[in-house]
Amino acid sequence: MRTARPAGIVGYGAYVPRPRVRASSIAAAWGREAAHLPVREKSVPGLDEDAVTMAIEAARGAVARSGVAPDRIRAVWVGSESKPYAVKPSGTIVAEAIGATPWVSAADLEFACKAGSEAMQAALAFVGSGMADYALGIGMDAAQSKPGDALELTAAAGGAAFLFGPAEEALAVVEATASYVTDTPDFFRRQHLHYPEHGHRFTGEPSYFAHSRAASRGLLEGLGRRPADYRWAVFHQPNPKFMRRVAADLGFTEEQIAAGAVVDRIGNTYSGASLLGLAAVLDTAREGDRIFFCSYGSGAGSDSFSFVATPRLAAARAAAPSVDDYLENRRAIGDYGEYLRLSRKIRML
Amino acid sequence: MELPRYHRMRRALYRLEGTSCPSCSRRFFPPRAVCPACRKGGLEPFPFSGRGTLYSYTRITQAPRGFASVAPYAVGMVRLEEGPLVSAPLADTDGIDLSIGMPVEMVTRRIHEASENGPIVYGYKFRPRLRPPRQ
Repeated sequence: MRTARPAGIVGYGAYVPRPRVRASSIAAAWGREAAHLPVREKSVPGLDEDAVTMAIEAARGAVARSGVAPDRIRAVWVGSESKPYAVKPSGTIVAEAIGATPWVSAADLEFACKAGSEAMQAALAFVGSGMADYALGIGMDAAQSKPGDALELTAAAGGAAFLFGPAEEALAVVEATASYVTDTPDFFRRQHLHYPEHGHRFTGEPSYFAHSRAASRGLLEGLGRRPADYRWAVFHQPNPKFMRRVAADLGFTEEQIAAGAVVDRIGNTYSGASLLGLAAVLDTAREGDRIFFCSYGSGAGSDSFSFVATPRLAAARAAAPSVDDYLENRRAIGDYGEYLRLSRKIRML
Repeated sequence: MELPRYHRMRRALYRLEGTSCPSCSRRFFPPRAVCPACRKGGLEPFPFSGRGTLYSYTRITQAPRGFASVAPYAVGMVRLEEGPLVSAPLADTDGIDLSIGMPVEMVTRRIHEASENGPIVYGYKFRPRLRPPRQ
């Protein structure tokens, strides 16, 4: 898919909360072996944080890097599966906090881990159609996982925000995108329940791998490109193994995915995961670098994007903290008990 | 629930919006309606940068009602770059040695929720500045 007018990312911002819990603490609490854990530690929101507060900080970074006056932003779309309110938009709080209200569209999107790239697609289309000059797409999660479940070892907190605008102001221009969706029930959470359920091995081949590969190949074929044409590649990263396997299946190398492999350091930030990887790549990409991006959301589907970094990227970086600044700003949580408290998993009976 | 009050204060709470006096350029936070120096109204909205330095601080262990679940926590007074002195909760201070004069920056966080079925109040806090001051 291509836009009617050329568009791209004019600003980006990331956020990762400071607390980190060791995967070995979680494993020990449930009597699991500490060998072969998927990640060493994962990020956890502080007691005063949620998907909205984290989205606000990422959005501020995106606006700061763009230099765009907030009242010129015409849409604030937040993709998340951990909305603080079941009914009440998160987008209005974010829009108000960055000063984009009141002449702005705002909404929340949900598509499991693909909600963030869904928000990016919508923001890109708003700009690309000529309806607006600037639109913000955010993917942010304080990821939910059932205590004792395998997902608890990786479900983390964080995400990123991308402000889309005209190509001539872009830090990275969008060449084309593709979306690939089927009805595949690999992971879901029913109404009024606290934690999602997943289909164990079913979440792999017919779900994550099939959709990521199809959306990626569709975009590459549409553009007549090969993986070697890209300097960087970012995939949804539920764990280090899945991300590396899908990259290898498609013909991307470790060198291409290393810069965006945020999962290795903080775990799976659900709707935020692929976006955080893209933000990390924009922190290091150089003018002219091609960037391949492919999200995945259970349910299931993938959005793929092809970007080219512009000469404006390097100068914009200093206006907001880098992904690495957030990754370095960490505080180790003492034990599983403190982790339960921070992730509000303790319920008084 | 105090919905109207928090709604009225949302710009100040969410993004540290104060007011400035068009005649003497003094800036106020929290926002004032009348300039005490010029004794005139007609003050204009002023967006504070959120950057400042820690003027004083303390640690709360015996929290007031409604805040016990987040205790212990730190509160402080912050001298904003643009002048005003603001009292506010501090964020992300665990394991950090706070000191008078340290650079801080505004973040928007959850401040309070009266009950599980009530509204969530978001507002400003200050945290140790993540990076050196921007150019």
